[in-house]
Amino acid sequence: MMQTVRRMELKADQLYKQKIIRGFCHLCDGQEACCVGMEAGINPTDHLITAYRAHGFTFTRGLSVREILAELTGRRGGCAKGKGGSMHMYAKNFYGGNGIVGAQVPLGAGIALACKYNGKDEVCLTLYGDGAANQGQIFEAYNMAALWKLPCIFICENNRYGMGTSVERAAASTDYYKRGDFIPGMRVDGMDVLCVREATKFAAAHCRAGKGPILMELQTYRYHGHSMSDPGVSYRTREEIQEVRSKSDPIMLLKDRMVNSNLASVEELKEIDVEVRKEIEDAAQFATADPEPPLEELGYHIYSNEPPFEVRGANQWIKFKSIS
Amino acid sequence: MAVVSALVRRPLEQVSGLLRRRFHRSAPAALQITVRDAINQGMDEELERDEKVFLLGEEVAQYDGAYKVSRGLWKKYGDKRIIDTPISEMGFAGIAVGAAMAGLRPICEFMTFNFSMQAIDQVINSAAKTYYMSGGLQNVPIVFRGPNGASAGVAAQHSQCFAAWYGHCPGLKVVSPWNAEDAKGLIKSAIRDNNPVVMLENELMYGVAFEFPQEAQSKDFLIPIGKAKIERQGTHITVVAHSRPVGHCVEAAAVLAKEGIECEVINMRTIRPMDIETIEASVMKTNHLVTVEGGWPQFGVGAEICARIMEGPAFNFLDAPAVRVTGTDVPMPYAKILEDNCVPQVKDIIFAIKKTLNI
Repeated sequence: MMQTVRRMELKADQLYKQKIIRGFCHLCDGQEACCVGMEAGINPTDHLITAYRAHGFTFTRGLSVREILAELTGRRGGCAKGKGGSMHMYAKNFYGGNGIVGAQVPLGAGIALACKYNGKDEVCLTLYGDGAANQGQIFEAYNMAALWKLPCIFICENNRYGMGTSVERAAASTDYYKRGDFIPGMRVDGMDVLCVREATKFAAAHCRAGKGPILMELQTYRYHGHSMSDPGVSYRTREEIQEVRSKSDPIMLLKDRMVNSNLASVEELKEIDVEVRKEIEDAAQFATADPEPPLEELGYHIYSNEPPFEVRGANQWIKFKSIS
Repeated sequence: MAVVSALVRRPLEQVSGLLRRRFHRSAPAALQITVRDAINQGMDEELERDEKVFLLGEEVAQYDGAYKVSRGLWKKYGDKRIIDTPISEMGFAGIAVGAAMAGLRPICEFMTFNFSMQAIDQVINSAAKTYYMSGGLQNVPIVFRGPNGASAGVAAQHSQCFAAWYGHCPGLKVVSPWNAEDAKGLIKSAIRDNNPVVMLENELMYGVAFEFPQEAQSKDFLIPIGKAKIERQGTHITVVAHSRPVGHCVEAAAVLAKEGIECEVINMRTIRPMDIETIEASVMKTNHLVTVEGGWPQFGVGAEICARIMEGPAFNFLDAPAVRVTGTDVPMPYAKILEDNCVPQVKDIIFAIKKTLNI
C-alpha cells in the first residue's frame, strides 16, 4: 500500500510538471506510514477527515489510483467528477480533503459527535498538521470533544514545517501531543508503519471504551516541498532531506524488517513494485486520456435532492442547468 | 289576537334560540401565536418527527434559549438532542457541519448572526460548497438559525443584517420569515431540506403575535423555500420586502390605500434562491417597484432585485426607475433618535412610493 501511495504521488509530481495537473498539489511522499498505518489500525466503518495533503488517505480509505489521478487532472472520471481537484476528494467515511487550514478539526469532532449520537462503536480520526496546530478552532474542538467525551482521535501529522515555517518558528510549544492539555496525548514515530498502526489501535480502543478524545502526534517528514510550487529547499537543507530518505524512509524501514524477519523475500517485494508501477501507469494513462467534464454539467450539484433549476453564467444570457 | 301571537312568538324564539344554541357555529376564535412560539413549535415537531434532528448553540438548553425560542425543548428532549455549547462559534458551527456530513440533521443556533461572522468559514467553505466540490457525493443537511439585523439599542456590533452576505453564496439557501406562519413553515422546510439553510430571524418580531391559520397548525405545514408570498394585492405599485420591513410595508399600504394608492406587497420569504418571477409578474402589472430591507444599501438584497428586474421582461413595464429603501449606510448608532433614523420606517417607505409614483 505504501508503495502505491509513493508511486502515485511521484506520478502526480510528474504530471504536474507536464502541466497536466494544475493548481494546488500537495504531495505526501515520505508520510506514507501515516495513512497506511492508520488505516490498518481502524475499521472501514470508522471515519477519517484530513486537510489538503490528502491523496494518500483518499487511497487508503478506498478510492482507486485511477479515480484519484483523474480528479487531479480534472477529468470526468475523477472521484469528484473533476469538480473538486486535489484538495476535495471524498469517499465513504472519508470527508476530504479540506482546503481551509484547521477547519477540518471541528468537522472531525462533529463526525465523532454523530458516532456517539448513533450509538455505534465508531471513531473519527481527525487530522491536522503542525502548522494547523496553532489554529484557535482546534482548541475549541478539543474543549468540546473533551466536555462531551466525543470518540475523536485528534492526530497531528508533524512533518516539521508548516509551508516554509519550521515548527520552532511557529509554535511556543512544539510538543504537539501535549497541546490538548486535558486530553491525553502520545507521540508516535510516524515513519514506522507498525508503530502508527499500534498507536492508532490503542487510541481507537480508548475512544471506543467511551473515555473521550485522545491525541496523537505523528513525527513524520515530507520529501516534497509544501506544494508543487515549493521546491522545498529554501527553508531546509538538501542534506536534511537526504538524511531522512536514507535513514528513516518508511517503505525502506518496512522492507528491511520484512526481509530480515523472513516475512518476504527481496524478489517478492520486487514483484510488488512491478505490479504497483503497472497500476500507476494504467491509472496515469486513464487520467490523461479521459475527457474533461462536459460543460453542460458545470451547474450540477449545487443543491442535493432538488428539482432542476437554472444557474446564471457570465452574463444573463448564459445559463447552466443545475440538477442534483 | 296580539296575546295569541305573543304566545306563539315566544315559543318560536325559544325554539330557534335552542336551535341556535345547539347548532351554533361561529368561526373559531382565531388562534394567535407569537413568532417565537411558532419557531418553537416548528422545531419541536421536527425533533419529534426525526431522531436525527438536534439543536445546538449557546444557552439553547438549560437557559431555554437566549431569546427563549427553544423554551421547553431541553426539558422534553434532554441532553442528547438539545446541546448547550461553550462560547466557541467557529468550533461548534464546525462540529455541527461535521455532524451533518456524517448524516445527522443539526440545527445550529447563533445567538445572533453577528456572531456567525466568527464561524462564517464553516458556513460557506465547509457547508455551502461541499456538495458541489464533492461532485454530488457529500451533502450537508444543516440549518443555521438565529436573530439577524437591527434590534433595539444594541449598537453597531450587534445590529448587522447578513441577508446580502449569505445570499451571495451558491450552495446555500437563505430564508427570512416575517410572521408566525412564515417562521413555522420555513423552519420546518429548512430542517427537512437536505442542504445548508440559513434562517434569518428577527429579534423584534419574536414577541409579535399573528393570527395562526388552521393549516399552519398542522404538523406537516411547510412553506416551500424559494417562493415569495403576495401579502396584499394592489395595482399601482409593487413593494417587495423581507422580514420585519414586510410589516412596515403592509402598514404603509394601509395608509396609502386611504389616498387611493393600492400597493401590492410582496413578502420575499426566501432570499436565496430568490423568487424573481413573482416580483416580475407583479411589476409587469403595476409598472412600479420599491424594494425595502433593513440591511445596508450597497450590494444588498434590493440592489440584486433591481439588477434582475433590469435583465428580465419586467424592465419594459417600468414607468419609473426602481427604488430601494434600506438601512442607513452607517454602523448602527446607539442613541434612540439616531437608531430610529437608521432603519427604514413607514414614513420612508411611503415617501419612496410616492416619489416613484411621482405624487
